[in-house]
Amino acid sequence: NSGTKIHGNRCDGGIKCLKQASNATTTFLCSAAQPLSPPSSVLRNEDLKEMLESNKESLKLEAMKRVVGLIAKGKNASELFPAVVKNVASKNIELKKLVYVYLVRYAEEQQDLALLSISTFQRALKEPNQFIRASALRVLSSIRVPIIVPIMMLAIKEAAADMSPYVRKTSAHAIQKLYSLDPDQKEQLIEVIEKLLKDKSTLVAGSVVVAFEEVCPDRIDLIHKNYRKLCNLLVDVEEWGQVVIISMLTRYARTQFTSPWKEGASFEENNEKAFYASDSEEKSERTEAEAYVMDPDHRLLLRNTKPLLQSRNTAVVMSVAQLYWHLAPRHEVNLVTKSLVRLLRSHREVQYIVLQNIATMSIQRKGMFEPYMKSFYVRSTDATHIKTLKLEILTNLANEANISTILREFQTYVKSQDKAFAAATIQAIGRCATNISEVTDTCLNGLVLLLSNRDETVVAESVVVIKKLLQTQPTQHSEIIKHMAKLFDNITVSMARASILWLMGEYCDRVPKIAPDVLRKMAKSFTAEEDIVKLQTVNLAAKLYLTNSKQTKLLTQYILNLGKYDQSYDIRDRTRFIRQLIVPNEKSGALNKYARRILLAPKPAPVLESAFKDRDRYQLGTLSHSLNSKASGYQELSDWPAVAPDQSVRNVEVVEPVQEWAPSVGKTKKLKSDDKFYSDNEEEKAEEESESSEGSSSSSSSSSGGGKMVADVYSRASFQVTAPSFGPVKTYELLHHMTGKGLSAKYHFPRQPCLHQPGMVAVQVTLSNGSDRSLEEIHVGDRSPASLNIHCFNTIERLEPEASVTVSMGIDFSDSTQAANFQLCTKEDGFSVSIQPAVGELLMPSSLSEQDFSREQGEKKILQAPLVQLQAKCALLLCVFNIRR
Amino acid sequence: MLMFPSDSLITSFVYSMSALPPFKPVTSYWFRLSQNGQNELLCFPSPASPPPAAMIHSLFLINASGDIFLEKHWKSVVSRSVCDYFFEAQERASEPENVPPVIPTPHHYLISVLRHRIYFVAVIQSEVPPLFVIEFLHRVVDTFQDYFGVCTEAAIKDNVVVVYELLEEMLDNGFPLATESNILKELIKPPTILRTMVNTITGSTNVGEQLPTGQLSVVPWRRTGVKYTNNEAYFDVVEEIDAIIDKSGSTITAEIQGVIDACVKLTGMPDLTLSFMNPRLLDDVSFHPCVRFKRWEAERILSFIPPDGNFRLLSYHVSSQNLVAIPVYVKHNITFREGSSQGRFDLTLGPKQTMGKAVEAVLVSSQLPRGVLNANLNASQGTYTFDPVTKMLTWDVGKINPQKLPSLKGSMNLQAGASKPDENPTINIQLKIQQMAISGLKVNRLDMYGEKYKPFKGIKYMTKAGKFQVRT
Repeated sequence: NSGTKIHGNRCDGGIKCLKQASNATTTFLCSAAQPLSPPSSVLRNEDLKEMLESNKESLKLEAMKRVVGLIAKGKNASELFPAVVKNVASKNIELKKLVYVYLVRYAEEQQDLALLSISTFQRALKEPNQFIRASALRVLSSIRVPIIVPIMMLAIKEAAADMSPYVRKTSAHAIQKLYSLDPDQKEQLIEVIEKLLKDKSTLVAGSVVVAFEEVCPDRIDLIHKNYRKLCNLLVDVEEWGQVVIISMLTRYARTQFTSPWKEGASFEENNEKAFYASDSEEKSERTEAEAYVMDPDHRLLLRNTKPLLQSRNTAVVMSVAQLYWHLAPRHEVNLVTKSLVRLLRSHREVQYIVLQNIATMSIQRKGMFEPYMKSFYVRSTDATHIKTLKLEILTNLANEANISTILREFQTYVKSQDKAFAAATIQAIGRCATNISEVTDTCLNGLVLLLSNRDETVVAESVVVIKKLLQTQPTQHSEIIKHMAKLFDNITVSMARASILWLMGEYCDRVPKIAPDVLRKMAKSFTAEEDIVKLQTVNLAAKLYLTNSKQTKLLTQYILNLGKYDQSYDIRDRTRFIRQLIVPNEKSGALNKYARRILLAPKPAPVLESAFKDRDRYQLGTLSHSLNSKASGYQELSDWPAVAPDQSVRNVEVVEPVQEWAPSVGKTKKLKSDDKFYSDNEEEKAEEESESSEGSSSSSSSSSGGGKMVADVYSRASFQVTAPSFGPVKTYELLHHMTGKGLSAKYHFPRQPCLHQPGMVAVQVTLSNGSDRSLEEIHVGDRSPASLNIHCFNTIERLEPEASVTVSMGIDFSDSTQAANFQLCTKEDGFSVSIQPAVGELLMPSSLSEQDFSREQGEKKILQAPLVQLQAKCALLLCVFNIRR
Repeated sequence: MLMFPSDSLITSFVYSMSALPPFKPVTSYWFRLSQNGQNELLCFPSPASPPPAAMIHSLFLINASGDIFLEKHWKSVVSRSVCDYFFEAQERASEPENVPPVIPTPHHYLISVLRHRIYFVAVIQSEVPPLFVIEFLHRVVDTFQDYFGVCTEAAIKDNVVVVYELLEEMLDNGFPLATESNILKELIKPPTILRTMVNTITGSTNVGEQLPTGQLSVVPWRRTGVKYTNNEAYFDVVEEIDAIIDKSGSTITAEIQGVIDACVKLTGMPDLTLSFMNPRLLDDVSFHPCVRFKRWEAERILSFIPPDGNFRLLSYHVSSQNLVAIPVYVKHNITFREGSSQGRFDLTLGPKQTMGKAVEAVLVSSQLPRGVLNANLNASQGTYTFDPVTKMLTWDVGKINPQKLPSLKGSMNLQAGASKPDENPTINIQLKIQQMAISGLKVNRLDMYGEKYKPFKGIKYMTKAGKFQVRT
């Protein structure tokens, strides 16, 4: 194992050298290196053409495989188009697929010929097999020939209404393809998107949102009605769809909800402050927090995305993390930390992106990642860009408490063999030193020690950083300047020497004795120095001449003379300029007077700040954030609106219980319409209630006990049955497809009044066929106890494989929780099944004013049925609630 | 519905007006000499232009020597010359791993992953979450590996047709379509030697005759109609210790990451539950989509209908409160003297906290400083190699015998005149301990519902060193 590794590495080194020489001819080499490529491709293609036109299926297939090989290598195989397109209707699936591959690749170039294949796809669009329909649409929409746009449009519209969710998914993909081919179709495509957005299949949800983002990301109005559905479906959507939906919903939420972040509170989270915060401050914060009430839809989104943090797909985790970052209240953002840190275990490229995002996050919120500081320790095996990102994060996390640990860690990094990384570490130490004043001196001393390092980059970087540090606090550190002057003789790196000379000149008033001496030494070695050092020597000389001309006049003149005849024109140039500026003579003009102000002007101190400081202008997790520049197609995340837009736009009208399954009983008494549920007009409601209850109290006198009572209660509609609950609908298994020989059944209680008979409880049964043959005559058979009153669904004549149908039944449980047993029969078999209701499912929620309740109670009628008794209790609860409100 | 068409037409008209890009003269053009000597006009795409479709536009596979050996386009063809930008970045990087994963070019963005010494370069035209692309590319590599056993240039070239068919199924218009290995295997059968032979003789194909059913069901990760004569379910609990040990032997950071890999070959639609003796150990988990999250939240039980074949059920992180047992210790003495061209190398390994289990397959590797010319070492056990080009020292120790500790001693020759290296090398250790999960995690029981037969169940534990580094 180790042997091969070493060998591999060696190879790599050799190749690298080679590559530099041959880079210009890479493409040439690449084509020459293909062992399969024949001397003349024309001959080969003739060969292929013959094979494609032969009668033998296997020859054709072999030829197509070779053609695909050519395409994969990026060779031109377009001249085979006529021969290939003939095979588009082949019966052989593999051959057909390969022809599709070819078609999609070359249709754009050979538009006329490509049209020959269109009719095949049009025919396939009508196939009974959903996969054939889907793949036909896929290929048809991938052929980029403008002339077929109307055909594509038609196909998309039809597919969008297809029975099969898989075909509908394909149509969502096709929308984007058509849009990029012909943007003029936008309006029509938006209509299709609108329709598909209403789709309840998890298969479609992801794809249609991609189409939405592609075609009409600004049509936020299309989302309103589907918002809650998308949130609820999210967990079951395939992982790639989840990413797209989450990022779209992030954008949506930022336009529709108000900010959950405290007004006026600074963006920076400050742990210290919160900890020591005085009571008064805390109180004021609390009142502010109380003033804000989160929109339930906002909460829904946060709640439904949270489980996805556990996804194995790193892109999903990252997208949830960015959603929380941009949408969640500050204290909830910490939820994502653990998952983000987990992603650091993944591949190098994943680490890179995640670390970039953490770097941005950690600037604003240190507290989030501080507990995980050790996860950002650098390993010698990390790639350089990973190392520098980790360094960045560690620097961001540094505070008074942990700085000593971090600096100790940095000490090992400085010694790294990766010199680029060592240099970055020195920069990081510099940043820590400026940010945390307690350690400035320690850092400076550490950096001064590094000046004796052997490595050029390390020394140069240290000098540069020291220079910056000294510039920020020039008053205190003459000792270090002196020390650097002492070290000067030993330092050989020219960049470092130049930096020291600059420091001497800049702060020559602090080292009045040493600076002229350094200049003296430099005068001696001037000719042997590097250009950059020479330039700084001239600078130093000029500055000293202005401040201390008594001691340095001669030295300066000497240096300027040396510079005048230097080999480098840069230095000659600079010398001439300096001489004119500082030595007064008759030719030098007005500038001479300002020489002191020019050379010794106070220079602004460089600011040492994170490279990620301004990245938060981009949405986290995006390409733009990663590049730190706006990528094309980037959608800005809008600011929170000051006032929330109308919340009711997201309300969905409750659909009446599926009537198509029970057309015979469609004329049962209409109950109070549900749309009142959201109505704001409480008064009107109350009026209606009292009216109806008054009207009914007289009629109710005829009722007589028992189960019948229930029926009466409903029939007079004296209780306003409140809208079906919007709680989670629990689905129970009625029949497993293994025991049902392919037939499976699930049921749930829709919690709506039963339409068949008032005393019955409505049950919705979803029957699906999991076998590969169709099932016939599905109906309800024998029941036990025989007296059981069931309203059966109409016999289903035929259920195709993979199809499912929802039917509604009514069962009279006689107010007991006893199970209803019956047989579910197909043409061949019968399966015993049973439905056992929970107590809660037997109840009907209704609202009743207190007076009405006591009146009903007074008449004693209401208590005759246990069911109604319970109902009354519920009603009482409701009343209490009303009063308090 | 019928009442509104005119209304909706008006609103959409208004939108189309606002979506029209404002007229904007192109201000900057520049030319660049591409590698094949053609002049290519480049200009930055105007941000107001209609957003180009497709998330992943094209894919190029590039080998270590910089040849593009496969290309695939999901939309119109993107010229190969776009890879020149990648080559530039590759040249700038000192190591293959240092190529930045995201590279902007004037018209496109290149997002790449490096695996098995192959760069998978995806071409992107507009904003897309970079992780989305990276995750997908890794899935592609995993699929290739799954199909061909290895993911090498040779394997890809040999199976170019299958590769193409796979890529065609995995993306539609640049958006992932089928990435679940179970579904793909139904669509395209993986090539085996036997099947290749049969195919050549009979002329039958690799493409599945039957169309996949899994994609439509509620369990898209499992294909239907699975049948086995021997029903078996194996679970491997594999834990890795990531640690940094400092010079003095104290632990700077140590954490345990674990995975449960499963190989399930069960007939029909089995519904499995897996429970742990000590689920509290698991601090942070990520699941295969088949695991019912609610059940885990409520009862700390893994309940799932498994995919067919091999899959990763769970990855977890052991909570950081638990102390991590470090299985080995290293005694080292690596010194370089100033002025001398010799250095000393002395390394001894010993078992530490292994709970009585043997430490096996120990492999020590270390990147020696650049100044080291050669190493004359003596291994008490196993073999060592030193590559004078990359300066990589590798010592294959094998099993650690507690009675006779393995050691590697000797001298290093330094380049004459070179100064003493600043840093002592870091030592990376790989090891394996069988039959033990170092965190102490134990599976309690595995139950199966939904099927009648009795499956054979097996659970194996193993501990490995992950990124285990000793600083010297």
